[in-house]
Order: sequence, then structure tokens, then C-alpha cells
Amino acid sequence: MSTLLTLVLILLGVAAGGWVLRFAGQKATGNAPMFRDMPYAVAFGYVLGACLLMFSVWYFFQPTVTEAGVPNAGVVFFRWAVQFFILSAIAAFLFRALGRTVGTRGSKKLFRQMPLTASFGVLVVILYAFTAIFAAWLAPHGQEAIFAKVNVLPGGNAATGGDPLFPLGTDQIGRDLLSRLIYGAQNTVGIAFVTTCLAFFLGGTLGFLAATLQGWLDQVLSRAVDVLMAIPSLIFALLLMTIASAWAGSERWLLTVYMILIIAVIDSTRVFRLARAVGLNIVVMDYIEAAKLRGEGLGYLIFKEILPNATAPLLAEFGLRFCFVFLTIASLSFLGVGIQPPLADWGTMVRDSAQFINFAAFSPLTAALPLLAAGAIALLTVGVNFVVDWMLHRSSGLKE
Amino acid sequence: MSALVEIRDLWIEGRSDEIWSPIINGASLSLKKGEVLGLIGESGAGKSTLGLAAMGFTRDGVRISKGSVMFDGIDLITASAAKKRELLGKRIAYVAQSAAASFNPAHKLIEQHTEGPVQHGVMSRSDSVEDGIELYRRLRLPNPEEIGFRYPHQVSGGQLQRAMTAMAMSCRPDLIIFDEPTTALDVTTQIEVLASIRDIVEQFDTAAIYITHDLAVVAQMADRIKVLLKGDEVEEADTRTMLSHPKEDYTKSLWAVRAFERPQKPAVHTNATPVVSVQNVSAAYGKIPVLHDVSFDIHEGRTVAVVGESGSGKSTTARCITGLLPPSAGVIEFDGKALPANYKSRNKDQLRQAQMIYQMADTALNPRTTIGDIIGRPVQFYMGLTGKQKRRRVEELLEEIEMPAAQYIDRLPSELSGGQKQRIGIARALAAEPKFIICDEVTSALDQLVAEGILKLLARLQDDLKLSYMFITHDLATVKAIADEVVVMKEGKVVEQGPKQEMFVPPHHPYTDLLLSSVPEMDPDWLTNLLNERGVDNIGDAAVDKMS
Repeated sequence: MSTLLTLVLILLGVAAGGWVLRFAGQKATGNAPMFRDMPYAVAFGYVLGACLLMFSVWYFFQPTVTEAGVPNAGVVFFRWAVQFFILSAIAAFLFRALGRTVGTRGSKKLFRQMPLTASFGVLVVILYAFTAIFAAWLAPHGQEAIFAKVNVLPGGNAATGGDPLFPLGTDQIGRDLLSRLIYGAQNTVGIAFVTTCLAFFLGGTLGFLAATLQGWLDQVLSRAVDVLMAIPSLIFALLLMTIASAWAGSERWLLTVYMILIIAVIDSTRVFRLARAVGLNIVVMDYIEAAKLRGEGLGYLIFKEILPNATAPLLAEFGLRFCFVFLTIASLSFLGVGIQPPLADWGTMVRDSAQFINFAAFSPLTAALPLLAAGAIALLTVGVNFVVDWMLHRSSGLKE
Repeated sequence: MSALVEIRDLWIEGRSDEIWSPIINGASLSLKKGEVLGLIGESGAGKSTLGLAAMGFTRDGVRISKGSVMFDGIDLITASAAKKRELLGKRIAYVAQSAAASFNPAHKLIEQHTEGPVQHGVMSRSDSVEDGIELYRRLRLPNPEEIGFRYPHQVSGGQLQRAMTAMAMSCRPDLIIFDEPTTALDVTTQIEVLASIRDIVEQFDTAAIYITHDLAVVAQMADRIKVLLKGDEVEEADTRTMLSHPKEDYTKSLWAVRAFERPQKPAVHTNATPVVSVQNVSAAYGKIPVLHDVSFDIHEGRTVAVVGESGSGKSTTARCITGLLPPSAGVIEFDGKALPANYKSRNKDQLRQAQMIYQMADTALNPRTTIGDIIGRPVQFYMGLTGKQKRRRVEELLEEIEMPAAQYIDRLPSELSGGQKQRIGIARALAAEPKFIICDEVTSALDQLVAEGILKLLARLQDDLKLSYMFITHDLATVKAIADEVVVMKEGKVVEQGPKQEMFVPPHHPYTDLLLSSVPEMDPDWLTNLLNERGVDNIGDAAVDKMS
């Protein structure tokens, strides 16, 4: 009750602060348009933002261990988050500065127009791609290698339960987590990328075909897609994976191929809808009519006239879809039917160490175990979306 | 009497690529109560920007850098947002170019009409509804009692434009800014809108700024005219003086545009085979019949202009000829041989021979393809030229349309002006080396000077290449300029057809007469005389008398 009361009081204080800020601003600047035309909500927002910022700074400098000797988990995690945020911002800034001085004229110009978020996204994507490609050289140990030391905590500091040999610790059966994270990039990201490309090839082609030809083909394809979309996708994927695992038998790699196909087909339905909708808007344009009257074939119409004009929405969808596919694979692995052990996979890693999150209040380092793989997933998702947002902004900016 | 609006030395800048470039360079104007000022100029001259600035408003990415805008003693540039909110809608109103795009499609007209007066506290909702109906009556809208209770899509374009004028009038503002209110309308509808706008502005003694690129329209509406060119004021004078004695060369060139007229070509031999012969063609969209028994011939090297208001079946006829809409009856012959009805069953050569140029160059050119590729594709597709030969041919074609190849070949359509885009459309049609080209309203989206350039280009190409044109248009000035023969269409039927010089001499079919007499002329008394002749003005006045 008292918490609620405090919250109400703080909000009232902020509300009063907003009014004071606006009034003081008007008086101090002699009614400058910025303060004169400032809506009250905006003034409130400024004050609220300032309060939150001050609170964050105060909270950041709280001790990590309480007087009773128990770790203050909230502060620890908050510090990690803030430090990571600042480091990423610096990295992104340095990366952009590098891009502006090194490279061809075109790439320099590209970096000059790039917002910080986009350069962070590009950096993340490059790092992940690099890690995935050179996983075998980067990883200190094999993804299947098992060591005697189990449940080593991250940090590499022997005093806090770590081991310098395993900087990110080991799992319950003694596999090096850093190596598995690196190989996980290869497996999870690689498979997700292939799956998304396949989904786009399938959904995009059929969607544009439906939009261009219309008539019965459109009806058949659209209704088929409706049926597929009516079934909840994760459950549908689980069902199909169960069947597929019976078909695959003991061939583990075959199951991965089946998984790629199944997720690609399920996700292609979403791509189909988008491609069809975008395509329908484009086929009514006069330049399509001109091409038809010229006697152009279907291939030319789709790939030369429609596709270039549909890239912006499709790219945006690609970013989102990639993340969804990625998460679907991770969740299938989490449920035990996705990427099969001993192959390292982030979804499986989260599942294996998920229960450690319960120790967050007592030992933040232990709780960090599942967060490593989950953070790897989250970081890529955020990075890809930053890049896609920027591309979208650029391509829409070109039009008008 | 002091001025209602006083703009002094106004400089406006627009932002593109992080650089501020000037749009208006030191414009000044003053407007008294009840006075109508016409602002004319080509697109990009800054007419709309200046018009909006008179309301103290700038679009996104545009800023006023210097100068003052005084409205009835209030400085609109430094006025607070609250103060401006009080003025806009109540004392200053705006009528946009496209009423169809400016009305909210989800609300009935009267709902949108009453919003202003109720918000500004001028009238109660029920009073405002009543007042709206009266305004609709004054603007001569059909069924004034009911029309307000329709949704915007249930009303025609001209009616919508008048409903928007009524909406601007709803608070009885002191100043209305009309931004090209009739540009998107047919000539016959335009007259009604012009007459009603003029009446209502006179009745309420409202000051108005009338923005347009059509000189004949501005001659009817404005007391004074101001000519703008690329943000600079060219000259300003009283309408009659301006029309009879323009001082500046630019103004004179604007005035001269309407004088372009090509001499009539001699009649063709009666037994010559026409290039295209449309014979008793009827067509329907689904079950709705659109064309009824349309027949006409187009001979080699001749231009047939097809005129009529929107919905008269002009474009549908073109779609039948191109094969996009197979006719339900009748034949289309090309060089004496019948063409397959559907374009899909025509061979490459048949497709090549008939080309089309579209009204909206923006949608007719693929925005992601360079000019070189747009023109190069038909060259490659029909002529089989590739590599250097193709490029040389594209360069030739660009020279043909008077655009330096080196400068334009690698550009995207978005990097060209409207007139240049239309030229690319022409080059694309020429690339196929056709005998026959359909021009669908090719000049109606362009400024008059630019349109004249396009017409001259088309005329020259016709002489050089022996082309035949089917010229779809609703603008009779264009017909006068380029046609050899004229086909007048109404409701899917051919009303009258014949050589141009016969068409412009009476007697006419009544519809042709209506169409011809509706084309605005440069004479400032034209609208008044015409309305007197037709007796429309009296009806309007009678309605007004009854009200007051």
C-alpha cells in the first residue's frame, strides 16, 4: 500500500514539476516559441524523463552487496545492462567512425548517412557472420568436447567459482559454454538464414504469381495459405516434426533438413500474403500495363518490374521473419525436436540451463548462464531489426 | 481601408538532403477585404507555398526564414500555436486541390462540415447543419437537403469540391485560400464550380487567394493577378491590365501558349486504307456496358482527337484498341487486317505497331529502372539490339526527344521533372518504331508551357516519322493545337465526328456545343457572359434572394 502511495506522490510531484518547468521556461526565455507552444504533456514527459534518468544514475551506484552480505541482484544486473549498453554505443560509434575513414567512396558515403543504431546493427550482423563462418577456428574447444569440471561459473575467476580455462564456464556435463555459443552461431543462425531464404523464395514467388495471374490460381493458393495459417504455427511445426522424426529414423542430418523445410513452408505463408498484397498494388500501375502490352513474359514481369518495387516491404519482412524463424528453431530445440544434440544450439542451451534463473537472487553469476544464450539470440534480433529499419528508411526516402 | 493580409518581403526555404534551398525569394502581397488575388505560375514556382504561408503555415521541411505575414493586424509568424488555432478554420480557410483526398472517407460530409463551427464555438451543431444545407444550396449542389448526409465516395468530384468550398465557408472566414480547386475536374464541371465559388465569395465579401496554373480560369476569378516564377515575383497587376498589356517576357510567353495551333492537313483519299479502323465496337466491364457501337478511322500521319468528359468511354476505347479489354462486339482493323481481340493472342509485330503514352508519367515509368533501361527494353525486345548498338539507339531516341543522352541516360524517373518524364514515355513508345500511338491525356498533368513543348514534339515526330495518333483529351485547347479530326464521345457513344475546322464552326450537336462553350477563355467577362447566356446565374441569384 505504501509503495502505491509513494508512486502516486511521485507522479503528482512530476505533474507539478511539468507545470513549473513550462512556466519557468516561459518566464526565463521571455516567451520563446519552444516553451510558449509546449503542450503540457510534453513538459510532463521532460520532467518524468529527467526523474527516471536521475533514479538510474543513483541506482547504478548502489553497492552490489547488501550489508548482510547477500548480493544485490537487481543492482548487479542493472550494472551489467548499463555497461553493456554503453559499450555497444561506443563500439557502434567507433565502427561508424572507422567506416567513414576506410573504404571506397560509396561505402564512406553510406557510413556518413548511417544512424548509430544502424551501425550497431551492421556491426552485430558482421560479428555474428564472422563467428558463424570461422567457428571452428575461433572456438577454444570442440562443441562436443566434455571436460571433467562441470557447472563452472562464468567470469573465469577462481574466487567466484570460475576457471580461466573456461571463460564463460561449463554446463552440467562439462562442455565449454564459450565454444558452444560460438558453434551455436553457426548452427542456429546458419539454419535460420537458410530457412528464411527458402521461405522467401517460396512465398515471394507464389505471392507474385498469384498477384500477376490472379483468377483461379490466386484463389487456390490463397485458400491453401489460409488453411495453413489457421493452424497455430508452433503446434503445427511440432506435429510435423514428430512425423518427420519418424521418417528420418537415425539419420540426424535428415531431421535438420526436414526442420528447415517445415519451418520454411509454414513461414512462407506469411511471406505469400505480404508479397501478394504488395504485388497487387504494383500490378495496377501503368508501367506493368505497358510491359504486358509490349508482350513481356511472366518472368520478366515478376523479376524486372514487380520485384524491384517490392523490395522495401519484403526487406522489412525479411528482418522480422528471420527473427521469428530463429526463435521458432530455438523454441523447437528448447522443446527437444529441433537441432539435435550434440550439435550446439542456443535454444537447447537456454533449455538446459533454464532452471538456474531461479538462483538470480542469491548468485547473479549462476543466473547468467541461461542469459548468455538468450542474450545472444536477443542481440542478433535487435541488430537485424536495426539494420532493416535503416534500409527501409533509406528506400522509402528514395521514393519521395 | 487597410489591408486584410499583408505579406512583406517573405523568404521561405525548403530542406532537401540537409541543405536549405530557397523556395520563395522575398515575395510581398497585400489583399483587401473582399478582393480576389490570383497566383499563377508553373509547378515549382512556389504558388502553394506562398498560399499556405498566407495562413502562417508551412509544410514539413519548409521554413520561413525572413519577412512578415500580417493578418488583420496579427503577425502570423510569431503568433502562438493557440492563437493560430483560433484563427485557422474560423477566419482563414483553405480549399485543397483534391477534395477526394482531403475529405475523411469515414465520415459523412455534414459531419465534417459542422466540425469547424462547433469547435470554434461559432454555432451549435444543429444550426451548423442548417447553415450547411443553405450553403450547399447556394453552391448549387443537387439535393442540398440530402447531399450532406452522404459519404465522400457517394458524391462526384465536382460536387465534392463544392462541398469543400461550403466547408471552408462554414465559419464565414475573412480569407479563403483556393489551391487549384478545379484542376482535377472536367471542363463542364469546372464551370459550375467556378461560378459557385465566385458567387459565394462575392456574396460574403470574402477575400481570397486563388492559386492555379490555368490562365483562363484565373482571368474569371481574380481581381488582380500575380505571376510567380521559381520563387520570384514576375509581375503583379489588375486582371484586365495583365491580360491586355503583360509587361514581362515570361508573362507574355505564358499568354502565348494558347496560340499554338497546327495547320489542318488535307483530307485523305476516301479509298485509302486507314491505319487503325474501329468498327462498330461495343464493350462492357463485367455486365455494365460502357461502349456502344463506336466507329472511327485513323489515317496515316493524322491525329484523331477523342474528346469527352470523364466517364464518356474515351479511355475504354483505347483499351479496346490495345486489346486490354476485348470488345463484346465489333472489330478493330490494323492496316486493313482484323486484330485479335485480346492482346495476349496478338503477335509481337502487332503489339509493336501500336504503342501507348500514358497520362501519369509517374505511374507509367518503373521507378526502380534507369532511363536507359526503360527505353532500352523495347529496343532490345523488338529490335533484338544489345550492348553498344542498344545504347547507341537509346542515345538516338533521347536526342529525338530533345534530352541530352549523357546527362539523363543513367537517371531514375524520380530525378526528372514531370515534362521530362512524359518525354521518356514518348521515347519508350518510339523505341518500338510503331505506326500508331495512343496518347491518353498526355498533357493534362503538365504545366501549360511544358505541355506545349510536348505537343510540339509530338507534332514534329508525326511529320518526321509518319506516325498516326489517337489523342485522348478533355482539353479543347489541346484539340485545337494538334488534331486533324475530332471524335466527340458521350456516355460511350460517338456524338459527332469530323475534321477539326468543321468541328469548331457551328452548327454542332448540343453536347459538342456545351463542351466547346465550357472551355474557359482569356476574356475576364467570359464566365459572366456565358452564365447569362445559359441562364444559370439567375437560378443562383433566385436561390440567394429567397434566403436573404
